Amino acid sequence: MIEIINLCKSLDEQRVLKNLNLTIEKGETCVIIGRSGCGKTVLLKTIVGLLKPDSGQVIIENHDITRVDERELNRLRLRIGLLFQSSALFDSLSVGENVGFVLREHSDLDEAAVAKRVKESLELVGLEGVEEQLPAELSGGMKKRVGLARAICARPDIILYDEPTTGVDPIMADAINTLIRRLHDKLEVTSIAVTHDMVSAYKIADRISMLYDGRIIESGTSEEIKNSKDPIVQQFITGAAQGPITG
Amino acid sequence: MVYRMRDCFSRLGRKVLDSIYYAGELSLLGARAIFGLCAHPLKRKQVIAQMNKVGIDSLFIVSLCALFIGIVLVLQSAYQMQKLGAERFIAHLVALSMCRELGPVFTALIIAGRAGASISAELGTMKVTEQIDALETMATNPVKYLVCPRFLALVTMLPLLTVYANFIGIFGGYMVAVWKLGITSTMYISSTFEALALKDIFTGLFKSVIFAVIICVVSCFQGLRAEGGAEGVGKATTLAVVVSFVLIIAADCLFTALFYFV
Ligand SMILES: Nc1ncnc2c1ncn2[C@@H]1O[C@H](COP(=O)(O)OP(=O)(O)OP(=O)(O)O)[C@@H](O)[C@H]1O
Ligand SMILES: [Mg+2]
Repeated sequence: MIEIINLCKSLDEQRVLKNLNLTIEKGETCVIIGRSGCGKTVLLKTIVGLLKPDSGQVIIENHDITRVDERELNRLRLRIGLLFQSSALFDSLSVGENVGFVLREHSDLDEAAVAKRVKESLELVGLEGVEEQLPAELSGGMKKRVGLARAICARPDIILYDEPTTGVDPIMADAINTLIRRLHDKLEVTSIAVTHDMVSAYKIADRISMLYDGRIIESGTSEEIKNSKDPIVQQFITGAAQGPITG
Repeated sequence: MVYRMRDCFSRLGRKVLDSIYYAGELSLLGARAIFGLCAHPLKRKQVIAQMNKVGIDSLFIVSLCALFIGIVLVLQSAYQMQKLGAERFIAHLVALSMCRELGPVFTALIIAGRAGASISAELGTMKVTEQIDALETMATNPVKYLVCPRFLALVTMLPLLTVYANFIGIFGGYMVAVWKLGITSTMYISSTFEALALKDIFTGLFKSVIFAVIICVVSCFQGLRAEGGAEGVGKATTLAVVVSFVLIIAADCLFTALFYFV
């Protein structure tokens, strides 16, 4: 379970998150939607402790990640997989080394077992035989999928996806959505996915939360969000140029 | 007038405070690197890769520079010594200045420009492309994973390169002295050995270890705090080289004085 309580974060004098509250139940997939620049990435980075909040708490399995010491933080982080919006692959390591990084650094698995897991993870995201390539030789969408494979390779119980389907073609996007759904159904991972893409949002979400003006303004199942009375939510999900957001 | 002076002083004060703060942060990173080295075993592959990068890849340029320095030293000193009729001491001068001063300092400056710049550019790029963040989310400490192997590589390779540069420098001097100035080979070699005490070589090596620490800590520090895309990486690299140069020369001055008076 992830519990975010009264989270505030300012960057360069700009208040990005203002008293944000959100709870994600164990095994639930929560999709966070919101406009570009509203602070979705900042929220994810705060959850894994890359950014320190100005105030508020992020509680993961009864530990406040904003206050734990480094040992405990690392122990928690090993159970979290994060897909970066920019993929953030290590460009001096090959694809296979990227995907198997956590296993090689932090587990006792031998090389053959790691290689097998790497291969499996890459197959899950529809990539085969790219282990030896360097990230610079891949297309943007392929990098994203390698990033996804890296996030899931160590089989974490919490996965955070920052725009998993941006930059990949519609067929692959659907495959990724199916994969996220399957991880949820089979392995019962708790996930938070950030996306602009309403089609994927409806497909993968147990619950959709809309981030606006530094707060979660509405949270509900796909149906509830579709039928939301809030004009801001309506404008966002229908993608209208005119409305209260653009005012 | 009073205001302007006050403004001036407050700015000076801030500069001083900033430098103290900077020095503090550098020392902290150095301490964490040393602690990391003691606390965790390193991957041998990584350390060897870094040693290759720092040491083997710099061999050619170090040889070239050391050779020229040796040649110049002989020519410059010959110009003076011949007036005094003291050609015998040319070899002394070359050996001593090479081992005590020019070998360590020049090698350090070359490595700061070469390896230091590449370290800060590499870590800086990793920082601005979120790779450092990715390392952290994978429960891997960037200091342990990135700084420690480079630290170990520099601290071992720079003294070795220095010994090598000393040798090449003396050899360069020998060539000119024997072929152009008419000093006999045996005389040059024997007076080289006569001039050098073990202490001279060791003070030089001690300095080069200090320089290695400076280069590694400054370059890694600048890289790890790079910000703002390609321009930020460029700035970090420039600063890393400039700061390393200044600190190397300052440390050289400090330790030379120390060895002289103590
Ligand atoms: N390192 C930073 N320094 C200063 N401001 C930042 C930084 N990172 C983000 N911001 C600001 O925080 C706000 C939120 O950024 P964030 O990256 O979270 O947006 P986002 O919701 O992920 O957008 P997108 O959907 O386009 O990725 C933006 O207005 C941005 O200007
Ligand atoms: Mg984002």
